[in-house]
Parts: sequence; C-alpha cells; structure tokens
Amino acid sequence: MHIQRRFLMAGLGLAPLAAPSFAQGAPLKIGMITTLSGPGGYIGQDIRDGFQIAIDQEQGRLGGQAVQVLVEDDGFRPPQGKAVAERFLRNERIKLFTGVIFSNILGAVAPDVLDGDAIYVSPNAGPSNFAGRECHRNYFVVSWQNDSLHESAGELANRLGYRRMFILAPNYQAGRDALAGFRRLYKGEVVQEIFTRLDQTDYAAELAQIRAARPDAVFQFHPGGLGIAFLRQYAQAGLLASIPQVMPAPSMDAGTLAAVGDAAEGVNLSSHWNSDFANPASLAFVAAFRAKHNRMPTYYAQQSYDTARAIGAALRQTRGSIEANPFRTAMLRADFASTRGNFRFNTNQHPIQDWFSLKVERVNGQLAIVTKDKILENHADVFAAQCRI
Amino acid sequence: MSALVVEQLLNGLQFGIMLFLLAAGLTLVFGIMGVINLAHGSLFMVGAYAAALVAQASGHWWLGLLAGLAAAAATGMVVEVAVLRRLYARDHLDQVLATFGLILFFNQGITMLFGRQPLLVQLPPGFAGSIEIMPGLPYPSFRLLIIAVGLLVALGLYWLIQHTRIGMLVRAGATHRDMVRALGVDIRALYTVVFGLGALLAGLAGVMAGPVSNVQVGMGEQILILTFVVVVIGGIGSVRGALFGALLVGVTQTLLSGFVPGWLRQVMAGSEADALGAALSSMGVYVLMAVVLLVKPRGLFPAHA
Repeated sequence: MHIQRRFLMAGLGLAPLAAPSFAQGAPLKIGMITTLSGPGGYIGQDIRDGFQIAIDQEQGRLGGQAVQVLVEDDGFRPPQGKAVAERFLRNERIKLFTGVIFSNILGAVAPDVLDGDAIYVSPNAGPSNFAGRECHRNYFVVSWQNDSLHESAGELANRLGYRRMFILAPNYQAGRDALAGFRRLYKGEVVQEIFTRLDQTDYAAELAQIRAARPDAVFQFHPGGLGIAFLRQYAQAGLLASIPQVMPAPSMDAGTLAAVGDAAEGVNLSSHWNSDFANPASLAFVAAFRAKHNRMPTYYAQQSYDTARAIGAALRQTRGSIEANPFRTAMLRADFASTRGNFRFNTNQHPIQDWFSLKVERVNGQLAIVTKDKILENHADVFAAQCRI
Repeated sequence: MSALVVEQLLNGLQFGIMLFLLAAGLTLVFGIMGVINLAHGSLFMVGAYAAALVAQASGHWWLGLLAGLAAAAATGMVVEVAVLRRLYARDHLDQVLATFGLILFFNQGITMLFGRQPLLVQLPPGFAGSIEIMPGLPYPSFRLLIIAVGLLVALGLYWLIQHTRIGMLVRAGATHRDMVRALGVDIRALYTVVFGLGALLAGLAGVMAGPVSNVQVGMGEQILILTFVVVVIGGIGSVRGALFGALLVGVTQTLLSGFVPGWLRQVMAGSEADALGAALSSMGVYVLMAVVLLVKPRGLFPAHA
C-alpha cells in the first residue's frame, strides 16, 4: 500500500514535466464560499478538503494551471454568503466560484456571481429553479440536481416493497425539492408529509405522529447535524426496530454515521457514490483523502473532488483560460474520470449519472455504509426540458 | 388517539424542561446583573462537549455528567471574572457585542481543539430503552430522566432562592440592586456565584441534550433564540417565570407541530395543509410571545414588580 502510494506520487511528480508548461503568470484564483461554522461546519470542511486533494495531486495545479483557492465561511447565512461573493467579485476579481452547500445560500450567491460574468461550478446544492427555467450558461452542477437524490430514494422505496410511506424534510428550498422529488418516482401511498424546521433540535412531536400513522417505512431528508438528532431520537423512541427508514445520501454520511453509531444500523440509502466504489478514480481519491486527513471522506468531499477534477479537465483544454465560451465548451465535455463512474452533463449543465442503493451494515463488527445495487441508470433531472441555453 | 395526546404532552413537557434549564440561568444573570449574555449557548456547548469527551474517554456516562457540570460552571466563572466584570457599567449594546464575540471565540476554540465532526454520545446505562407508560405507548426512558432532572432542579432552585441566604441576596439583587450594594454585600462575589450557577444549569442542559440531539459546534445558538423567547414571556429576572414560560413554549411548540397539520388536512389539500401547518407551528411561539406581551408587557411573572 505504502509503496504503491509512493509510486503514485512519483508518477504525479513527473506529470508536470511532460505537460506543456502553459501555466505562466499569476495563479488562477478560485473563490470557495462554503459553510464552515455551525452544525453544517463539518460538511464545509469536507468540501474544502476534497477540493484540495485534487489540487495536491497536481502539486498546486488543476489541469496544468496553477490555482489559488480562497476559502470563506458563509456562516450558514445567505446574506453573509452574498457579501462574500460581492467581495470576491469586486476586490479579488475572482471569475470562478464554487463551494456552496445549502440551496438557500446558493440562491443568494449564484445570481450575483452570474451577473458579475463569473462562472459557478456547484459541488453540492442543485436547486430545481436553477436547473429549469433559470438555468444559466455559466452555471454548472457536478454533484446532482437536488430532486435526483430523492427520486432515487423513491425508486429505492419501490424496490424494497414499501407501500405506505411517511415522509419528512425541513421547510426550505431543498426540503421542498426533497419531498417533491420523492413523490415523483414513488409509486405507493404517502400517508403523511411533514415539514420540520431548519433549526429544529427535537423531533419528538414528529416521531409520535410516525408511531401513530404506522407506515411501512419513513423517508426523511435531514442533512448534517439535523440528521444526527433525528436518527438518535428515532432509535431512542424505539422506532428503528419496527419502522425501517429510506433516505437520500445527505441524511447519512461518514460523519453522521460516526456520531449516530448503532442507531443507524439497517438504514437504507440512495446515493450516486459511496466510499467503497471500486473504480480506480474513486480508490485513488479515498486513499489520498484518508492518508491526508485520517478519516473517511463523505459524499461532500467526493463531490468537491469531482468538481475540482471537472474544472481541471476544462482548464487543461483551454490552457488555463476561463474565458466563458471556450471554458464552457471544455467543461461540458466532462473529460475526466469521475469517482462515480458514469458521468456526463445534460443540456442544463447538470449531471446524467447512475444511482445506487446503500445500506448501513456491520462489516467486521464495525458499522459501515455498504453499496448494494444500481437502482437508476443514466438518470437525468426533469427540469432540463425547461432550460433554454 | 388519546395515547398520542399523552405522548405529545410529555414531549412538550420534556422540551419545556430543557428550555427551562437554559432559561433559568439566562434570566438570573439578566435579572440580577443586568447583563444580556448571548454566550449562554456557548456554556451549553461547553457542558455538552466536556460530558461527551469524558464519557467517551472513561466509558462512564455519569463521570461525563460531572465533568460537564464542572466545565460549564468553571468556564462561566472565568468568563464572568475575565470579561463580563468590565461590562456591568456599560450599556446593553456593549454587552451584546462582547458576548457575541465570546460566541465566536468559543465556537472557533472548540473547532480548533476538537474539530468540526459531531461527537458520538452514548445514553447512560439503564436509560437506553423505553418504558411503557400506557398500553401501546413506549416512551424513551432518557426523556423521562430529563423531565425528572428538570423538575428536581426547579425544586432545588425554589429552595435555594426562597430559603437560603444566597437566595435572599439574589432576590434582593434582582429587585433593588443598588440597595444591596449599599448595605455592604460583596456584590462581586455574588455576581460570580450567580453567573457560575447559571452556567452550571446551561451545562446541565447541554449534558442532557447531548444524547438526544447532536453535540456539535454551534449547537447552543440553535436553541438560544427560543430561550430568549422563554425569558421574555416569563418575565425577565424571574426563575418562576422561566419555568412557566418554558413549559408554555415547549408544550405550545410541540402541540402545534403535532396537531395543526392534521386538523388542517381535514379542511384542505394534503400538501397545502402540511406547508401551512409547518408555517403556523413555527410562528406559533412568537405569536404567543406577542400576545403575552400585549396583555402583560413585563412578562408573566415580572421580577422587578
């Protein structure tokens, strides 16, 4: 393992010598606006660290172009994200942005970035409005369109044979996308739908309703710390044994699994990627991330890594230029080996990719998220038809 | 149906107790010292972190409880001596600024020391399961423990404030601060003790919240806003007000989110009812606050009557 890594490093060390050295002058600045404080803080940390792994693999470059990433915290507040975007645009003259995690913050950041003739490449949030009518030629999403996370969970619920589902999500843009997305492919009956609050810490009132409704299973979307509280309380209420859960990847990542522990066993997930994927790109990424940070990368880290590699692939073709038209053409080719395998851009510049079912199981006594089957192939979002670029 | 009502009432009671533990300290500090302490949520976080880390390292939940209480109280007293003491004579804006700064300091400090990953917290042994309190209604025993602890704390505070010398000074300090000082009481020591007590209660809330919600940087700010609502409803400076205000807010919030969507669903389409219900239940507490302030502008049990 160790020797292999050193060999890999040596190989990477040689790469810049072989490549034409078109990276002259100042490094290209990339503005990363992400959530580093508050309960979503560990997600922002993984977004930042995943992106950096791709840069480390090229010794400070992406696609041969030297880059400098400026990371700023949005504090989980849309106005602060917007203020950072304005400062990056005006003072730092940054033309390439990434990093936002939460859809409500992206709603405040993206319009400013795009109006400022800059490019935005999303490593996470993919709200429905920007995928359809309000799509933009300088706006790319490498992660997923929000609804796809939940459409795949709906399909997973079909496959698991659940006929009556109880569904919950926080009351904000991505939460509403979540429930709409779940309903789109789910064929059974939704017995009840609940919108929780984005600052909620106690879910006892909702859990009592779940117990009373006796559904076959529960679908819930609660990213980050919200999900930890929900899962703990779900297990403490004794529901885990009687009512199984189906959820999209953001409700259960490596970080939440470590915090929730036994309360997560048996949970069903749908995702576009998992840390046990066996393709070479994914293996290399997971190994590099674990070697540097001594923890398992989450989906967020993987999405951010893929985002950096997608940007790198485009920069390699444009020889480091981010002039809108050539960059866009190069970006849309998606000429990189994605950690998730199948990946290409749709007409609305959101991904077409495969979705998988995962399950939290014991592997050698340790709880782990294990990949099961492919549940959707070459899945695109439904909003692309409304997008005219 | 009645089992559901009982369960929701218990949930509301338990949530209210949690709010009370936080609000009692906040209202004492504001009532007696006249300080708006935005960093109260940070003490909640310190308690939760200390308890989680010690419990993880030692394997004993109860040891974690002691560590959480001690860490929160000690942090509170250090903060009082080092920072707040300089602010008593200043106006509220300066206090808000300084204590907001403390929030940033504590959040960043915890991030640097322990990272951003949420911590794993186990339930105390013997409280991991549920108890069947009514046929067909199992209730998590840890939540019952929270209720019991909260009621004990309320009784203890009542005894402390009504029947001890310190309590007498606290009551006197809340109503006639300058008079207490003029009578030669060492007001500085009293302030430190009161602040330490408030921090201890916040720490206790943090320890009890740890296994239920998540132990993470910024966990205090989520619950702090509702705590302020409780203090305002109950009457600033009044521990009794904090208890009743907290129970009122806890039960209102829980019952609204538990039952309003169901009622609405009988009169309108499902998803519209759910969206409206969610909006109403999150507004409910603030509407309650507005109504209380209309009827009793100084809260339910004003201390400076």
